[in-house]
Amino acid sequence: MNQTIELFVNGIQYRRSVEPRLLLCDFLRYDLGLTGTHVGCEHGVCGACTVLLDREAVRSCLLFAVQTNGREIATVEGLGDGPQQMHALQHGFWEMHGLQCGYCTPGILMSLVPFLEENPDPSEEEIRELLSGNICRCTGYQKIVEAVQLGARLLWEESN
Amino acid sequence: MKPAAFDYHAPRTLEETLDLLAAYGEDAKPLAGGQSLVPTMNFRLAQPQALVDLNGIDELFFIREGERGLHCGGMTRQRAVERSGLARKAAPLLHETMPHIAHAQIRNRGTIGGSLAHADPAAELPAVAVALDASMYVRSVTDARWLPARDFYVGLFATAMEPGELLVEVAFPRPRPRSGWAFEEVARQHGNYAMCGAAAVVELSEKGAIEKARLVFLSVGEGPVAADQAAAMLVGERPTATVLRAAAEEAATKEIDPVGDIHAGPAYRRHLARVIGERVLTRATARANEAALM
Repeated sequence: MNQTIELFVNGIQYRRSVEPRLLLCDFLRYDLGLTGTHVGCEHGVCGACTVLLDREAVRSCLLFAVQTNGREIATVEGLGDGPQQMHALQHGFWEMHGLQCGYCTPGILMSLVPFLEENPDPSEEEIRELLSGNICRCTGYQKIVEAVQLGARLLWEESN
Repeated sequence: MKPAAFDYHAPRTLEETLDLLAAYGEDAKPLAGGQSLVPTMNFRLAQPQALVDLNGIDELFFIREGERGLHCGGMTRQRAVERSGLARKAAPLLHETMPHIAHAQIRNRGTIGGSLAHADPAAELPAVAVALDASMYVRSVTDARWLPARDFYVGLFATAMEPGELLVEVAFPRPRPRSGWAFEEVARQHGNYAMCGAAAVVELSEKGAIEKARLVFLSVGEGPVAADQAAAMLVGERPTATVLRAAAEEAATKEIDPVGDIHAGPAYRRHLARVIGERVLTRATARANEAALM
């Protein structure tokens, strides 16, 4: 039986009727058309579908849309406003070649937002530990680590 | 890769929850963090008729000191324990283990009660609960009981809970004087399921001999495996390197029954148990010595 939910996604309020078994990632992609959130393994391992639920990074393939009633979701669409106005982290990835195919990138960016808020100047080891929750099959991670380091510096410069 | 249909209930109180669980019996699953249940539903390995979502029950989210030590509500997020100064002080072994549980993105959602009740033999929390002699508070509409962690685990993904019962609270006893603890695991990648792991607690007498020891393994049996013979060998002994190594050796050769998989065969897991067992006993002893000096 469908249930009506009301939630905020990237600051915009939505009201939709959903089947309880609808996963949050599919709700974002199919019901709201926000296809920046990617779906990889669908069992919480790859991290491609990571979004923010009330400002904490979570797997959207392991949440049902009905569970987000009254909550706040942030997806990669809420980060930068196109190529001319990228978020500092996106700029870091662009500048340091932190992606090849880009499939894993939205999930990595969304994992990084709360991580860098809590720890604005992380060590390489801390970055690699955070990245262990996101699988990239192209880059070998070295460029991603460098992208995070640059992104963190840009974020810090922006806020100081 | 999409879950089968189910009835969804989001109760706001524990009473309401227990009523729902009683009404559905085996046909309902409580939904805690969903980090293990939802993957199995996505693969349709689990197709419960109903989900009773515990995420809206405020009374199940807490970390506080109580008469049994550090009490955590069943829905306490793993991340909340990781960030808790109280948990670090009152249950340091539990606190030290947190970063080993999957990834931050999983711990943001994953719960203490959910992981303990899921009883995955590769999970860290059941081993830690047994090592600490934690107790589980289990409730149903008609019954409420405290169970020692050791009696809570009865087999592969199996606990002593009956249908209709819910794990609502867990208590981890405070560290004893002159005691130390350690946790370690080996995984192919940080956050992956460990191929072997172990938790140890060592308590020293005033004269510096071992008064009590606990060594509990994960990923080498059907649930958390307490190496009781190894622990018994240690009691009354001076904690020398030779004594600790012999206990780890005993545990690894006689007390575990590892099953192999694509990542690690039984022999390799036994090797890991020997090495990790010795390391956690050594570190726990060093911490017990430090505590004895304070």
